[in-house]
Amino acid sequence: MEYLKKYPKLFQWLFLLIVFFALCFAIDVPETYKFIRGQAEFVKDPNQSVYFFLGKEVRYYAFDVFWRLPPLLGWLPIWINDSLFFLMNEWMPMEFWNEDTQEFKTRPILLQISRNLTAFMTFLIELIREILLGGLETIVAFTSWDFIDAYPWLELPGLPWTIVAAGAAILSYKLSGKGLALFAGLTMIYISIFGQWKPSMQTLSFILVAAPLSFIFGLGLGIAAYKSKRIEKALYPILLVMQTMPQYAVLVPALVLFGVGDHAAVIITMVVAVPPMILLTILGLRAIPPEVIEAGRMSGCTNWQLMLKVLIPTARRDILIGVNQVIMVCFSMAVISAFIGAKGLGFNLLLALNQLNIGLALEAGLCISLIAILLDKMSLAWANKQTDYFGNLTFFQRNKNVIFFAASFVIGIILAYVGTFIFKGSFNYLFEIPHNKGISTADFWNKGVDWIFDTFFVYIKAFNTWLIQDVLQPMRALYLRMPAVATLVLAVGAGYLIGGIRSALVVAALTLFIALSPWWDRALVTLYMATFGVVISCLIGFTVGTLCFQNKKSAAFMLGVCDIFQTFPSFVYLIPVMMLFGITDTSVLIAVIVYATIPATRYTIEGLRSVPVGLHEAATMSGVNKFQRLTKIEFPLAFPHMMLGLNQTIVFALFMVIIGAFIGTEDLGQYILKALSDKNGAGIGLTLGICVAFIGLIFDNLIRTWVGKRKKHLGID
Amino acid sequence: MSEIVIKCESVYKIFGENAKKMLEESNGNVDAKTFQEKGCIVGVNNASFEVAKGEMLVVMGLSGSGKSTLLRCISRLTDATGGKIFIEGQDLLELNNKELIELRRNKMGMVFQSFALLPHKTVVENIAFPLQIKGTNTEDSINRAMEMVKLVGLDGRENYFPRELSGGQQQRVGIARSLAVEPDIWFLDEPFSALDPLIRKEMQDEFLRLQEKLQKTIMFITHDFDEALKLADRIAIMKDGIIEQLDTPANIVLNPATEYVRKFTEEVPREKVLIIEDVMDASSKDDLGDLKVSKDEIIENVAEKILTQEKLVGVVDSNNNIVGSIKPSKIIDTVFGGRKNGS
Repeated sequence: MEYLKKYPKLFQWLFLLIVFFALCFAIDVPETYKFIRGQAEFVKDPNQSVYFFLGKEVRYYAFDVFWRLPPLLGWLPIWINDSLFFLMNEWMPMEFWNEDTQEFKTRPILLQISRNLTAFMTFLIELIREILLGGLETIVAFTSWDFIDAYPWLELPGLPWTIVAAGAAILSYKLSGKGLALFAGLTMIYISIFGQWKPSMQTLSFILVAAPLSFIFGLGLGIAAYKSKRIEKALYPILLVMQTMPQYAVLVPALVLFGVGDHAAVIITMVVAVPPMILLTILGLRAIPPEVIEAGRMSGCTNWQLMLKVLIPTARRDILIGVNQVIMVCFSMAVISAFIGAKGLGFNLLLALNQLNIGLALEAGLCISLIAILLDKMSLAWANKQTDYFGNLTFFQRNKNVIFFAASFVIGIILAYVGTFIFKGSFNYLFEIPHNKGISTADFWNKGVDWIFDTFFVYIKAFNTWLIQDVLQPMRALYLRMPAVATLVLAVGAGYLIGGIRSALVVAALTLFIALSPWWDRALVTLYMATFGVVISCLIGFTVGTLCFQNKKSAAFMLGVCDIFQTFPSFVYLIPVMMLFGITDTSVLIAVIVYATIPATRYTIEGLRSVPVGLHEAATMSGVNKFQRLTKIEFPLAFPHMMLGLNQTIVFALFMVIIGAFIGTEDLGQYILKALSDKNGAGIGLTLGICVAFIGLIFDNLIRTWVGKRKKHLGID
Repeated sequence: MSEIVIKCESVYKIFGENAKKMLEESNGNVDAKTFQEKGCIVGVNNASFEVAKGEMLVVMGLSGSGKSTLLRCISRLTDATGGKIFIEGQDLLELNNKELIELRRNKMGMVFQSFALLPHKTVVENIAFPLQIKGTNTEDSINRAMEMVKLVGLDGRENYFPRELSGGQQQRVGIARSLAVEPDIWFLDEPFSALDPLIRKEMQDEFLRLQEKLQKTIMFITHDFDEALKLADRIAIMKDGIIEQLDTPANIVLNPATEYVRKFTEEVPREKVLIIEDVMDASSKDDLGDLKVSKDEIIENVAEKILTQEKLVGVVDSNNNIVGSIKPSKIIDTVFGGRKNGS
């Protein structure tokens, strides 16, 4: 009884677990239950039950309600799909003037809007693409095909790669200094001579369109949310879901609304990239000291002057960090958008992976990684750059970057011209190196992969078999063995114990949504893979983080490594694991572990670092040794922050598990992948995305609530 | 008394949702405790006072006493919940947004505790900011800003960024910025509180020098009683939103109105605050010694001279007319004995 009084929480948790296991044992697996590999809605089978809702037929396998809830939300994806279809193809038809056929045509308004939007995006992308690579679409857009036939010299020639490389280096120099300039130059040269110039520039043009648009929308919405509580409240849930929604899932509705190609990808990229911009804008504006705002007001600023001359410049750094986020999200979307037919590096990567040409995939992946690092470093340098005063500089000093760029522009053109004489009859390597005509190391890597497979096949296979048979299968079976009711009780109970009735309700609603969707079993598989990844990631991350923290230099080094790895689009991680482990669940899990270890490590180091110096000194003066200091002071204080790391780890793991469907797993991601090639897939894709987001949000809610309470209790933050 | 510039009549500022309604129901009898129980926090409670042209009113109070809130009501950075505020006869609370902006652009200047400089502008750009907001062209505003740079003694640093300046220098920029539009009314919200003691003293002297030259109407907020005594024409002491006493420094020291005020005055060295006029005997003008002192002299400055006298010392006004006398023992009483019978 005394223990009960001393640790009431512990006993509450124990009680919850006992109830959970009791339920698990009390409810037997129905004899008819089996994991359904096919998609239930397409299988017609006399054992299925059927119900109708809002005129939609939902077919499902009925079980005891305690074992699996019936998919009462099964109509939702179909309904979303039909509504979208209706909106696009039937809602509000109007007469529109058609330029090509010179007559009025009746079209649903949304379809017309979507077409115009797509045309606009296509124009923007083409424009930038042609500046970088050359082409004639832009001129045609303003004139006509006949016109270009008559004046063929009007075709845009495209910039020689030397000029773009010099431009990148000069811009890097202006933003950061010699180091980054060197890196930018080398990256560009690498891309060019390895024949990845064209896809890289395609990807870059995609970003150059998507990022500024996302920035403008994000900033605008962020300011609106800052000014109006109501707008902020309306935006908040959307922002929350978008943060845990796998980027991959939003591609599916984009297909329906905007079709296949770069333009659809740009529009959908904005949907993903705007939320972080909004968040950082709000954060930046909120962080402005109130006295600065008052100073602005007392200077007699109107609202506009206050926003443009005081608020935004003062919040400059946070807003530019938002730009950094926008660029990185745009970049990773540019890669993933290959799934809906966007051109560029992602497309090449996808193609290479599909052909199992690991060498080519590796080259494309390396390119993607290098560009990601470059973009990240450049935009961060911009954010951290402080304004300098240039009062007494000469004309040359003030404009030296422009002058250098002009000079390299001229030199580049001369080089390209000279190149036409040197490389007569073959490709002009000083102008643009065509795709696959550069140096390629693909064969070398492919041979390497073959060698690894030949040499280590036995071991890898043995490891694979062991992992799958002895660890993964039983774990999966255990997860699937959970009756739905038991899972609900566990989730809601945890919510109640951590955050009281409010958390319990939120968690219950999120869990119920998934349980009532047709994909509960898949969600459990997703969860099992994510759990496996998260547990191992945390073990590695916490250990590595703690070890690195012991030395200032190694800690800084490790944070740098985390920074770099975090910039890589998740898709890239699949390349090396496929190289080593082939197409198995093991590959996906290893990718998950590698990817999810990043936040675990980072947050551990950051958490340990944030322990105040005063406490260290106090501890040292009390005569603790290093180990005692770690266990008695640093861990307890850093623990809340490490838990936030766990939260991130879960989100990262979920993302990777979903992407892993590309290799072939049986989780929710597989269905998203299927929805991509299904013309009725929009509703399914969106609902699946929301399911994944909700899994993330359940943990997010629990962990954040706990961390909030704990931090308050410890009096930090 | 000369022209009244700022006039407050029963100003209330109450934070909370139903503040306005609750204030109306209370009929002007605001009790902080009952309001707090209903979720409202009383910032300023029934403040009434006037500030004359060229006068410096120092509002002194500890943190949370409502002194900054009071200042923000008068500059209308927050809207007062009740009462009336007049700036040069204009009803401040009746002004629309445009008129308010005009008033701030031309009549008001404000200095902040944390300097509140714009981090992306240089010193001279910061000072020129209110002028440029007003629409003055770049050249004129920069020229005027350069004058201000000289006035506050920052010549040579005009192209520095705030991050490159020390606290004292940053506050000089803040002061210059607030004066750039030549305002008539000058608000200073704890301008020297964030500075080191030595710099603070230096800035106070500098401030007095400026005020002597400019003769602005000033509301100065501070939590430092010594600072208030040193600078003020009159002091308002605030506690829990209420003005406990509003009087000249000498009267506050000699006749504290409440127990709370008395606690502040206890440690004050009287000889540094009081002038001869405060302690002289105006009735006896006969039997004087040779020494004459001015009635406006601070006691500390003449104490030594007076104490060497055996006879009564004559007190004269600026026209050298004898207006009273002072006994040497009175000085000793004031400096050493005053504390016991001061209240």
